[in-house]
Amino acid sequence: MTDALLTVDGLSLGFRGEGGFAHILSDANMTMRRGEIMGLVGESGCGKSTLAGAILGVLPRTSLQVRGGTINFDGIDMLSGANTRAQESVRGRRVTFIPQDPFTSLNPVFTIGQQITELMKWKSPRRAPGGVRLPALMTPYPRARRRADRDQVMEMLNLVQLPNPERLLKKYPHEVSGGQRQRLMIAMALLPEPDLIIADEPTTALDVTIQAQILGLLRSLATDRGVAVMLTTHDLGSAYEICDRITVMYAGQDVETAPVAEFFNRPTHPYTAKLLDSLPEGGGGMTGIPGELPSFYAPPPGCRFQTRCERMTEACKQRPPSDIAGPDHVVRCFHPLHATITDALATKEASL
Amino acid sequence: MFVVFFISNVVPTDPARIVAGENATEAQVVALRTEMGLDQPLYVQFGRYIADLATGDLGKSLYTQRAIADDLLHRLPATLELTIAAMIISIGVGVPLGVISAVKRNSWIDQLLRILSVSGLAVASFWLAMELQMYFSTKLGWTPLNGRIGGWGPDEITGFYVIDSLLGGDWASLWDTLHHMLLPAVTLALPAAATLVRFTRAGVLEVINSNYVLYERAMGFPTSLIIWKYVLRNALISTVTQIGLIFGALFAGAVVVEAVFDWPGLGTYAVQSILQSDTKAILGFSIVVGIVFIGVNLLVDIVHTFIDPRTIQ
Repeated sequence: MTDALLTVDGLSLGFRGEGGFAHILSDANMTMRRGEIMGLVGESGCGKSTLAGAILGVLPRTSLQVRGGTINFDGIDMLSGANTRAQESVRGRRVTFIPQDPFTSLNPVFTIGQQITELMKWKSPRRAPGGVRLPALMTPYPRARRRADRDQVMEMLNLVQLPNPERLLKKYPHEVSGGQRQRLMIAMALLPEPDLIIADEPTTALDVTIQAQILGLLRSLATDRGVAVMLTTHDLGSAYEICDRITVMYAGQDVETAPVAEFFNRPTHPYTAKLLDSLPEGGGGMTGIPGELPSFYAPPPGCRFQTRCERMTEACKQRPPSDIAGPDHVVRCFHPLHATITDALATKEASL
Repeated sequence: MFVVFFISNVVPTDPARIVAGENATEAQVVALRTEMGLDQPLYVQFGRYIADLATGDLGKSLYTQRAIADDLLHRLPATLELTIAAMIISIGVGVPLGVISAVKRNSWIDQLLRILSVSGLAVASFWLAMELQMYFSTKLGWTPLNGRIGGWGPDEITGFYVIDSLLGGDWASLWDTLHHMLLPAVTLALPAAATLVRFTRAGVLEVINSNYVLYERAMGFPTSLIIWKYVLRNALISTVTQIGLIFGALFAGAVVVEAVFDWPGLGTYAVQSILQSDTKAILGFSIVVGIVFIGVNLLVDIVHTFIDPRTIQ
């Protein structure tokens, strides 16, 4: 794992609410490597957006409580509240964001041009880090850099196939269609020339016909530039289309991670298998997974899938350790569907 | 307008008798009544009034026998100057405090501001005015007790002393005007500022959890920039609407404040007119207030289109 760009290790966090403490993430782990497109998959409420929010530092600070774990981006602690200056300079510059809903994610009272200009003023790849810190509202935008930034913006708007960029920049967000807005968000995510883009269900709000275009565009632009993309989605189909690797989450825990082909051919965690079975094209029609997500206020100890799992035993009251089920294929289950290293070792030990 | 006209006419006083004086004979009163048109039915009086109004004639004051329109126009700048000053103070204080209150919500400073803004709304302005007078004018002697200016005032151009003294380069008058204006403007501004704190706080809280603010935070924009530029601009949309209504409240509040501070504006005029049952003057006052109120709200709607591009379509 020498080329790890982002490592989330044992992250446990939750929110204080009226019903008590909600354990949203519980010992969640995830790794992103340089240049890869990784799909973070799971049903609604599994904590994938919370994980994205934790990396981006946008979780509601008043009710958030971190109970353990780390988020490390290229050696920078992205979780600690004591490290905000460094985090602020990483966010928007080396880690950028494509939001879920392009309709509400642009500020309605500023033109698109004003918002892109503001982004480039602070996050342009030509901006020297550090320097004199004036109050933000008084910080100037040097003219030479402004001009260079503008050229880059125009080029990028062409790349994401937005027609009439000059006119587009003068428009307000509400005057532009959803598909165009999401192209714009992709452009804004690429402009700072980041190492990592976090795309939080970037196509959920769009028409099905446009979804494929947008994902294809994101895939090709990111691959060309060697930018890693963390794509959270509940749509396994689109994850299959564009991802190199997939990590599955269930109720705030990572359960399995594997390269995309391995993932679809040899699902090893019982939850992953059931998730794939519940796809409409998975044969046998719509099956679904019996049972419900456990309560976040009083989750079961250990593996959280135990309440819906046929293979559950007493051992599942402990969190299963990482187990290797194949090349680059990690599963966390005491009763995997395919043989793992642990099984192999056990057999070997028994024969001795 | 008809309502005001009607109400001020059912008050059981007889303007003709008042004008004629205590020692007038019955015949004189009747003659005067005919001359003033008061013997006609009410709808005829109203019709005549409307016809005059169309030509800008608000009638004559029962007391001074001067044209009410002239009196009102002469006094309007004083009141406008006071209300605008109060408006500026309340925006300057209320909006930033509202933002701070929202950003630090549920902290001690938020709690304090919320308590203060409720008290600011609840406090009676005549009481506050007199307390301020007693403390700052009588005890400390920092500000003048009442009036609009010490001497004759600057050469009159617009009737707004601040503008006139600026135009004329009359710095002594400017200082004196501002000095006189301070306490009444602060008194008038307090409830308005309290309203603005509450509205701005609510507006900011609504915007601060929006997706675009989340996006701006995720992209690492400086926090102060997000709050004071991107959040505030959106939060102000509802606050600006409120400012139009507050202006009306300030105009009404000016009646009391002007009376306490002896400020020679529309408020004192209205109070005098009411005390003297000068029905046409009261009517004229309410018409002018109505016009100003409509004008301000029109202005607010125009400003709206500038800060919220979505309203243009």
